[in-house]
Amino acid sequence: MTDDSGRDSMEDDDAQVRYDQARYVEDGQYEPLLSEKDLTRVDIGDGGDGIAPDDAESVDSPLPDDLTRDSLELPELSEPELARHYTRLSQMIYGIDSGPYPLGSCTMKYNPKFTEDVAALPPASVHPDRSERSVQGTLEVMYRLQDYLGRIGGMDAVTLQPPAGAAGEFVGIRVAAAYHEHNGEGHRDEVIIPESAHGTNFASAALGGYDVVSLPSDEDGRVDLEALESALSENTAALMLTNPNTLGLFERDIDEIAEMVHDVGGLLYYDGANLNALLGRARPGDMGFDVMHYNVHKTFATPHGGGGPGAGPVGVVDELAPFLPAPRVREGDQRTKSGEPTYELFEPEHTIGKVHGFHGNWLVLVKAFAYIARLGDEGLADASAKAVLNANYLASRLEYDVPYEPFHHEFVASAGDQDAADVAKRMLDYGVHPPTTKWPEIVPEALMTEPTEVESKDTLDRLAAAFNAVAAEDSETLANAPERTTARRIDQTSAARNPRLSWQALEEDES
Amino acid sequence: MHGNETHAGSPYAPHTDEDRAAMLEAVDAETVEELFDIPGAVRFDDEFGIDARTERETRRLVRSILGRNDDLTELLGRGHYGYYVPSLVDHLADRSEFLTSYTQYQPEVSQGFLQALFEYQSLLVELTGLEIANCSMYDAATALGEAATLADRVRDATGYRVLVPEADLLREERRSTLENYVAGTDLEVESYPTADGNVDLAALEDAVDEEVVMIYAENPTVRGTIEEHLAAIGDLADANDALFTLGSDPVALSLLERPADVGADVVVGDASVLGLPTSYGMGLGLFATREDYLRQVPGRLVGASEDATDRRAFTLTLQTREQHIRRERATSNICTNQAWVALRTAIHAAALGPTGMVELANRGVRRAETLAERVDDIVGVKAPVHDRHHLREFVARVDQPARAIADDLERRGFAVHVVGEHEIQLCVAGVPDERLDAFAEALEGVVR
Repeated sequence: MTDDSGRDSMEDDDAQVRYDQARYVEDGQYEPLLSEKDLTRVDIGDGGDGIAPDDAESVDSPLPDDLTRDSLELPELSEPELARHYTRLSQMIYGIDSGPYPLGSCTMKYNPKFTEDVAALPPASVHPDRSERSVQGTLEVMYRLQDYLGRIGGMDAVTLQPPAGAAGEFVGIRVAAAYHEHNGEGHRDEVIIPESAHGTNFASAALGGYDVVSLPSDEDGRVDLEALESALSENTAALMLTNPNTLGLFERDIDEIAEMVHDVGGLLYYDGANLNALLGRARPGDMGFDVMHYNVHKTFATPHGGGGPGAGPVGVVDELAPFLPAPRVREGDQRTKSGEPTYELFEPEHTIGKVHGFHGNWLVLVKAFAYIARLGDEGLADASAKAVLNANYLASRLEYDVPYEPFHHEFVASAGDQDAADVAKRMLDYGVHPPTTKWPEIVPEALMTEPTEVESKDTLDRLAAAFNAVAAEDSETLANAPERTTARRIDQTSAARNPRLSWQALEEDES
Repeated sequence: MHGNETHAGSPYAPHTDEDRAAMLEAVDAETVEELFDIPGAVRFDDEFGIDARTERETRRLVRSILGRNDDLTELLGRGHYGYYVPSLVDHLADRSEFLTSYTQYQPEVSQGFLQALFEYQSLLVELTGLEIANCSMYDAATALGEAATLADRVRDATGYRVLVPEADLLREERRSTLENYVAGTDLEVESYPTADGNVDLAALEDAVDEEVVMIYAENPTVRGTIEEHLAAIGDLADANDALFTLGSDPVALSLLERPADVGADVVVGDASVLGLPTSYGMGLGLFATREDYLRQVPGRLVGASEDATDRRAFTLTLQTREQHIRRERATSNICTNQAWVALRTAIHAAALGPTGMVELANRGVRRAETLAERVDDIVGVKAPVHDRHHLREFVARVDQPARAIADDLERRGFAVHVVGEHEIQLCVAGVPDERLDAFAEALEGVVR
């Protein structure tokens, strides 16, 4: 099998792209779809149409025909064939174990292997409808994790139910709404969000039925206090803040901001996406935040899994605790025969109800608990220290300009005359994952970079070399990148203009 | 000297003392503390009080805590099932490129995951007969909430009513989650009556008017009965310009009526019945709908395209629907979803193949029937309560208080649902035959 994709131009470069191994390309595709390997139609009952083609199998059902479907057509493959298919697919993915992953705002830190083992323990998997008495271990892990997160964030009460960060934001918004409603202030219909915030903040506030008031940054890249003053009113339900913000800057006026928000009767919400910068050094609860979410798949190293599952527990101050989702876990009055505490589920007095069918992404929570228990105070504080050191060191090695400082665990460089998206594609050719691009928009051609604490000085040097090599390249090279990856530049326009979202649609498209 | 040999720092930060010194020099700082720009007033100089542990100690700690769980045979279902998951699923899904990668925003180095998600979407398209499936919501309850907001967006006019089955055929958690999802809209959730473990069609007809934007029903129902009025519900929704949202799961869909054939506009449910153990309720929200609503679909979509060499390649597409681009006008606030669970579900489904999936569903019909006959023979037990066909589970009537019977069964190593003062619910999914035999004997002993 030869391949004419012009990948000779970097032959001499010693950057080895690991996920480029085992390339086997046939018929214009990198790996056939399961459906291209086999499709078998199984006719159910008497086969519906009565005509069974040669490749159809027939299965009788104990149900009457009018309650069943006629047939099911899916790939029928052997275990060895599947093992090879998915192994091949995995070779076409860049993961944390492939190399550095400096995606700003995403905190792509190494995922310790042992946490997979604890989540795979048989007693970690019980049915959610089990009696409380029979799942004391599960409830104890939940109780202890609630306690850990409360201490780390400086919060009085924690719910583990939200299955992701955005779900946590939504819970925060719903809790704020319930609180205001309870106090006879249901007229508050605005949530204030800085322009540089994560898109989820806006979407979560809107899902909760709020009008979003967008807040510009001042010239230092922080909250503009004058703008905040004019945005605040008796209609303010909450201000959502990320601290350090998406530029990596700490909102130095946080005391004053909290006071301003509280003075008009609003609540202060903390987006936990950047908590990795603050572990053991500052706590949202001490800064005057009333409610926050934690991204355990960022700060507490649970694997991202290609986009989930994560978990987004929410912490609140005492005053908001009665509104948290149900159920939460608390210690029971009883002790066991051997004197150990028992645990029980309970409904907070004015609960907003449920935001997930059961208890959220439980297996992810187990991994987060194990990570925190492993690191302890010193480990967590050290993680933040090294994350901030790494970001500062990496930025110091870059040719690209970093307009806003002093940043903490992440920084936003500007690609200047280059197109940031093209810079990212070209970085792939150097065997590293690029940063987040084109956002926040306050920096032109933004390269939002977060190395996390897990990269060594050598890796950061290699990463800086990749950045700097790309910084020196011409726009044509960038526009043609990547050329050493599994796939070359992918046509986004065609994908959106002619949506083919299943093998059935591809089949139709080709016929 | 690396930090991972002591408890002095993060075991996963690889800095040597030499490195640290060189890095500090490069950034012109004496100490790392100088790099933190945090005003004194909000600095934290206390301790969390969390002890560090070695890896081995941590594993032992978690194992000993979880060891407090009783090891019971779970005859539990009600929308969440513990089917056996083949070893293949763990071993392939645990390959670290799958497990440790981020969302596929750089498709050129994410082809493998994108293709796996594309195949997952295709699986749902075949199961539902609908043209579009997204690559995951959190779980069945949140997918139901998203379906209601979709209905709100696509249906012009003034409708505001969302009709769901009354409490005996809808888990309270699902209803409560739905209520939260529609709290920011003008939608109102209302119940319609049920009859003998199915939708009460006549009562539903009476309840429907032009203000209804969505009718929700499940197949099978939470009580294990197979719904017999799907096509009629579909017609009713159509006639009133409302969306028909059907709740189901991949095993049920392998055998039961195809949603597209009964007029379903949206299918939601928990797809993790394949791919995940019970996991204390962790799930995978499936979401499929008609092509007409493509631009209004919540969540991520993977599409096929071509790369610069004209080879087929996959990418996340139609992202202008999503929060990172559309912000407060996005179709949903979802960002991180359940991608890795979708991968597991796809592998499990592939391992079964179509024959295996249909057989698994068939076994759920046969084994539930067998167990129901068996416990019906016990004096003081009547099963099933509903005169319907069942999949996987059924409700049994017990003469004695159901709670006491469940407690006694638990002492004998079995977990069952209590669904009424004199009703227990039993599920066969994932329970080996010999344990079902042992269960029937235990039940006999308990009610004696």
